[in-house]
Amino acid sequence: MAAVTTLLSTRGLSRHFGGLRAVENVDFDLPEGEIRALIGPNGAGKTTFVSMLCGRIPPSSGQIIFGGRDVTALPAHKRVQMGIAYTFQITSVFSALSVRENVELAVQRIYRASPAALRDESDALLGRVGLEGRSDQIAGDLAYGHQRLLEIAMGLGQNPRLLILDEPTQGLSDGEVQSFIRLIHEVARETTVLLIEHNIDVVMALAQKITVMNFGAIIAEGTPEEIRANEAVQAAYLGG
Amino acid sequence: MSRALTFHIGAIIVLAALQFILPVYHSGNLARIMVLAVYAMGYNVMFGYAGLLSLGHAMFFAVGMYGAGLSVRLFDMAAAPAFGTGIIASILFSLGVGLLALRTIGVAFMIVTLMFSQAIYLLILYFNPLTRGDEGFVIPRAVRQVAGFDLSDPTTRYFAALLLFAICLLGMVWLVRSRTGRVLIAIRENEERARMLGYDTWAHKLFAVVLSGTMSGAAGAAYGLLFGSIGASFAEVPFSILPLLYVLLGGPGTVIGPFVGTVFMFYLRDISSSFTDAHMLVAGVALVLLTMYARRGIMGVVRERWAKWLP
Amino acid sequence: MEFGPHLILAILEGLVQASVLTLTALGLSLVFGVMRVVNVAHGEFFMLGAVFAYGVASSIGGAPVVGFVAALIIAPLLVGVLAVAADWLILRRLDHDPERTIVATIGMLYVIQQVTLMTYGPDAHPVAPPFNQRIAIPWFEFTGKGLEFYFPWGLSTTSYKLFVVAAAIVAGLGVWLLMARSRLGLILRATQLDRETALAFGIPVARVYALTFGFGAALAALGAVLVVPIQQAHYLMGGDPLLLSFIVVIIGGLGSLRGTVLAAVLIGMSNGIISVFFSPTLAKILATLLVAMVLVYRPQGLFGKKPA
Repeated sequence: MAAVTTLLSTRGLSRHFGGLRAVENVDFDLPEGEIRALIGPNGAGKTTFVSMLCGRIPPSSGQIIFGGRDVTALPAHKRVQMGIAYTFQITSVFSALSVRENVELAVQRIYRASPAALRDESDALLGRVGLEGRSDQIAGDLAYGHQRLLEIAMGLGQNPRLLILDEPTQGLSDGEVQSFIRLIHEVARETTVLLIEHNIDVVMALAQKITVMNFGAIIAEGTPEEIRANEAVQAAYLGG
Repeated sequence: MSRALTFHIGAIIVLAALQFILPVYHSGNLARIMVLAVYAMGYNVMFGYAGLLSLGHAMFFAVGMYGAGLSVRLFDMAAAPAFGTGIIASILFSLGVGLLALRTIGVAFMIVTLMFSQAIYLLILYFNPLTRGDEGFVIPRAVRQVAGFDLSDPTTRYFAALLLFAICLLGMVWLVRSRTGRVLIAIRENEERARMLGYDTWAHKLFAVVLSGTMSGAAGAAYGLLFGSIGASFAEVPFSILPLLYVLLGGPGTVIGPFVGTVFMFYLRDISSSFTDAHMLVAGVALVLLTMYARRGIMGVVRERWAKWLP
Repeated sequence: MEFGPHLILAILEGLVQASVLTLTALGLSLVFGVMRVVNVAHGEFFMLGAVFAYGVASSIGGAPVVGFVAALIIAPLLVGVLAVAADWLILRRLDHDPERTIVATIGMLYVIQQVTLMTYGPDAHPVAPPFNQRIAIPWFEFTGKGLEFYFPWGLSTTSYKLFVVAAAIVAGLGVWLLMARSRLGLILRATQLDRETALAFGIPVARVYALTFGFGAALAALGAVLVVPIQQAHYLMGGDPLLLSFIVVIIGGLGSLRGTVLAAVLIGMSNGIISVFFSPTLAKILATLLVAMVLVYRPQGLFGKKPA
């Protein structure tokens, strides 16, 4: 096996809201090509942590290194341009625009092509996530689960190096969850995936490694089997 | 050629033909309407496309107008370079306004633009010896000449107005279908999402302010040079409200909407002025009714019901 | 006049302006604070107060005192009722959405102003002050004989102007008592703090909003009734109070009544003082730019949401 390079790492990353330490002194490394799950009880600081990764929230202190470059001071759009794609926990699509226009907006930044090619590319992506035939619908009219899928299509459309998914399966039906798992397996051949997820079946089916957070800090990290056996994790979930 | 492009080129051809058909009174009105429609189109770039509601657009119109007018009055410039000066002044001014005002959002943005505009109006009054304040001044007929054309001649004036209008209209058709135009719409719909798709939303908004201010300034400069009169009333608050009204009525976020809205409001005011001096009454009633019942405006409804392809 | 007496005169004028401004700005601040609505038609409610005051005073006749007192009660009430109706018929249907409400209140501004023009006419009309004794103010001088008092020519005020200051203080205290001590004030503050929770606790938010809008307008009208014996009633008189109230509310910190009063006194005084010494246009330019800069460089503290 070839040596794996680290795509993303943080050193001493912290974020305080007033007196609350949402994220405290986190050292985190994510190798290229991995599917990593980030789990933890509600309020553990997961969303705050990934929001700092993609630049939505500035850290109080610490460092973020992406692709060998210190991106701590870069604005969000620059990091996205470098290849960090983020799908929102609370569905955030352009609800007044058509489904296709939503994806085109994601694709057009990296894909300099004619309108027709852009359109085909977008429709192909929609097919990939299981939204074929819905291109002309208004995004806001889609069912909630379908809006989640649209979000994923918009993430993929950016052809990212790192895809951050914040609770992507929330609100999906069982069948949709299964196709989501297949899709992410496929995506992971080209992309590193960081997944915040509450559905433990999804985590076990997808993640190569799991990072567990509680009270703003990483309490455990390892393979699914190791995490399953970890007492601290069990304490956090059962006692926390 | 796409349907959208055909439609807008068709509209320009119809307008050109109207000059030969309409009675003098109405073609005179239409020339004025086309210049005001450019002002409204500029407003639409910010409000209709980028979702930035300005309450002080008269400052851009006035900077263009006084930029051109004062060049003539103080430096004896000819019409063409004066027009150019007006536009350069508008670009620089709107850049400055954008850099400051875009630090705010929502209601604060509205009030900041209102305050800047009020400051410009007051500055015009304050520098009375240069601007002749409220009274304003006239650009003499002899100066209003470009390449042998007399801009004070009604026919020439009509076509000069049409030329400016056509450039802006077709420019808008192109813009809203370009990548940049689509990003502006994305910002209007959901700025945070647009940012997280990797777009520099701040730079795009700044572009919208500069383009909007420059178009409005071009309208101001053209108005001064075509109709010859320059005055502080063009910088007053009601003149900032007019393009908002035109755009709301015609359809925010549609290319032809500002023109449609300008035509309707112009004639509504024209008709109402025959029985009352209170010509802003119509504007007030229209603003209230439009916000309550018809937020999409005329062309917005047309697009929704019959012509989805309308940009 | 020498500098000293001149300054005293300017301060007195400033005090009168500040008093009226305090009431007007309190109304705007209350409406913004509780409803998050920027009422651009606020100046027109001020104007209506003055015009109604003229209407009431001139139709009652008799001694100026009778007409004035009647106007002081009736005009703000009428304006308040009108504003309640406007909120109920228009703003409520816009869900008090900030941007749409601003546009709608701009529309209301023109409707009120132009209807006044069509009915009341373009001329300005005075209301007779209930009393108006000239009060000369002494000034001092050091001469060879020591400190000497005298009455410089032109250094005077009127009993009515002093009454305006006193009335504004009383009304301001009334508003404070209402907000801080009454049940209604508690409801208003609760609604201001969190609309959703207020709804959940059974506060009829729609009615509270209408009442607040009416009360805010009535405060502006009260200020106008006080000022109309000094400054005549005219259909365009709403512009300056609107602009100044905006300035006051923004500088004072939105929704903060104490800040509003403080800023109103500061701006009213300085406006009065500056316009005695400098061109009023220059004063206005500086004031508008000051407001813009406060908003630009302290947006979150005043209008915007807190950054995440």
